[in-house]
Amino acid sequence: MAGRRVAIVGAGMTKFVRRALETGQELAWEAASKALESCEMTLDQIDAVVLGSAPDAFDGVHMKVEYLSPGAGAWGKPTIRGYVGGGTGVFAAIQGWYHIASGMFDTVLVVCEEKMSSCHPHPQAAFNYIFDHTLERPLGPNLLWIFALEMNAYMTKYGLTKRDIAMVAVKNKRNAADHPAALLGDPNITVEDILQSEVLAWPVQRLDVSPVTDGAVAIVMAAEHVARRVTNKPVWVEGVGWSLDTQYWTNRDLSYPTYVEEAARKAYAMAGIKEPRKEIHIVEPYDPFDYKELHHLEGLLLADRGKAAELIALGIANRDGDMPVTPSGGLLGVGNPIAAAGLMKVAEIFWQLRGEAGKRQVPGQPRRGLAQAWGDLMQVGTVIILGI
Amino acid sequence: MERWVYPTTGLRAEDLEQGRVCLVRTPMRGEYAWDAGVAVGRFLAELKAGRLIGRRCRACGRVMVPPRMFCEQCFRPTDEWVPLADTGTVITLSVCTISWDMRRLEVPEVPAVIAIDGASPGMGIMHKLGEIGRTLEEILDRVRIGMRVQAVWKPAGEREGAITDILYFRPLEQ
Repeated sequence: MAGRRVAIVGAGMTKFVRRALETGQELAWEAASKALESCEMTLDQIDAVVLGSAPDAFDGVHMKVEYLSPGAGAWGKPTIRGYVGGGTGVFAAIQGWYHIASGMFDTVLVVCEEKMSSCHPHPQAAFNYIFDHTLERPLGPNLLWIFALEMNAYMTKYGLTKRDIAMVAVKNKRNAADHPAALLGDPNITVEDILQSEVLAWPVQRLDVSPVTDGAVAIVMAAEHVARRVTNKPVWVEGVGWSLDTQYWTNRDLSYPTYVEEAARKAYAMAGIKEPRKEIHIVEPYDPFDYKELHHLEGLLLADRGKAAELIALGIANRDGDMPVTPSGGLLGVGNPIAAAGLMKVAEIFWQLRGEAGKRQVPGQPRRGLAQAWGDLMQVGTVIILGI
Repeated sequence: MERWVYPTTGLRAEDLEQGRVCLVRTPMRGEYAWDAGVAVGRFLAELKAGRLIGRRCRACGRVMVPPRMFCEQCFRPTDEWVPLADTGTVITLSVCTISWDMRRLEVPEVPAVIAIDGASPGMGIMHKLGEIGRTLEEILDRVRIGMRVQAVWKPAGEREGAITDILYFRPLEQ
C-alpha cells in the first residue's frame, strides 16, 4: 500500500428522486451534513474537500463545483473537483484517498452531487455534447446509440440473449426495494417486464436503462490516527486504480472494457489480491445499463469473458449468493444521479462491511468489497477496494 | 444506515404543471464554429471529393481512421496518407426508435460502427445504415453484425466537406 493508511469513517446521502425541490447546493448540504453527523464530526474538523459532479451542461452552470461548494462545506478549505464523467463517484473517493495517503491532509469530506432534472426537455440534450463535433454530431446522435452499439457488440460476440441480460435489471431493482433512498425499487419485477418494455435503441429497452435522477452522497475519510479516534469500525481503503482508454471509441473492441481491467489490476496489486474471485466478497460494479454490470464483472476479472451472465442466472450474484453483486440495488434500482451514483456504491460497501446495511445486509460478515464506476466516452474505469 | 438518508423532497410532474413550486426558465444558446484541424480537415476535403482516407504510423503499422497527425499509441507523428475504399464491415449496430428528447421516430435510425476497408482491422467510424427497411422488425431482419456495406454519397455538386457527404452505408450485394 502506497502512502499512509486511509479509512472511510462516515457516510450519508439524500434520497434519490426523479426531480428534487432542492437545488444542487442544498442536495450537497443534505448529504454532507448526514455524513458528518454519522461519524459525529463537525466541519471544522475537516481539512479539505473533494467535490465530484458530472457535466456542467446538466445544470447550465459553468464551474459547477465552485457553485456547489457552499453546500459541500468547502468555504475556506482546499477544494478540488473530481470529474471523469460517470466514473466520477469512485474517482472522487480515490482523490480523497490520495489527499490523505500523501500526508497532505488528515481528514477529507468527499461530496458527489448531480441534479439532472434541470436540463429541459430531457438531460439527454447535455449528453449530446460528448460526441465529436466534426465527425459525429452532424449525424444527429443521442447517448443511447453508444450504449446500444456496445451492448450489441457484447451480446453478439458471446451469443448472449436479451433474457440473460434482463436478469441483471430484475436482481438490482429487487435489491433496491430494500434501499431507503431508492427511486425504482420493485420487489415484484420480472424478466418479462424488462423484455416487454418499450424499445428505445435496440437492443436497449426502457427497463434496461437506469433513470434520470437527482441526488447527492458524501463520505468522510481520515488518516489512521484520526480514524481510530472517530470510530471503532473504520473501513480501510486497501486498493485503488483508474485508467483511460482511447477517445477514438470507434476504433476499440467494444465487447470488452480493457480500461476496467487496467484499473482493477492496479487496485488488486495495491491490495495484495492474487485471486480476486476468492478475495473479493461483495461487488458494486457500475450498472447504468443492465449489460454494463456483466461487462464490468468481466473487466474486473470476477467472471470469464462472456460468462458473467451465469453468475446472475445461477444466483451466485444474489445478496445471499457466494459473490453478491450490487446488493444496494445499483443505478438501475436506487437511481443514477451520475457522480453521486458512483459514490453511493462506495457508501454501500462501507455500510455492508460495517454490518449496517439493514435489510440489504449481505450475510456471512463480508470483510472486503469493491466498488467500480465507468464513464467519459465509454472509456474510463475507476476502482476502489475497501476492507475491515 | 436509514438514519443517514436525508428526507429529500421529490417533486412530481404535476407539481410543476400546476405551478405548486417556483421554476425559473432561462434558455442558453451557444453557437460554435469548430476548426476541423489538420488531419480531419484533410479527411473532410477528401469526403467532398468522394473519397475516404486514413493515416499510417510506420512505427506500429496501423492505418487509422478517423485520421490523426500523431499516433496516440507510439506517441510520434504519423507518416503518410493512405487512400481507403468506401466499403466496409459492420462491427456493431443499433436500431434507434427515439429522438434525443425521447420522441418516437416514424422510421427508426440505424447507427453503426463500420470498419473501413483499407484501414487496419477494427478501425471503424460511426455512421448510419440505409436501404434496410422502415420498421424495427423489418430492419432487424435485414441487418447483422459482420454484414458488408458500401457508402452512398451525396451527388458531387451537393457535397460540402462534411461527414454527411456520405448519406448512409447500404448493404453490399453478397
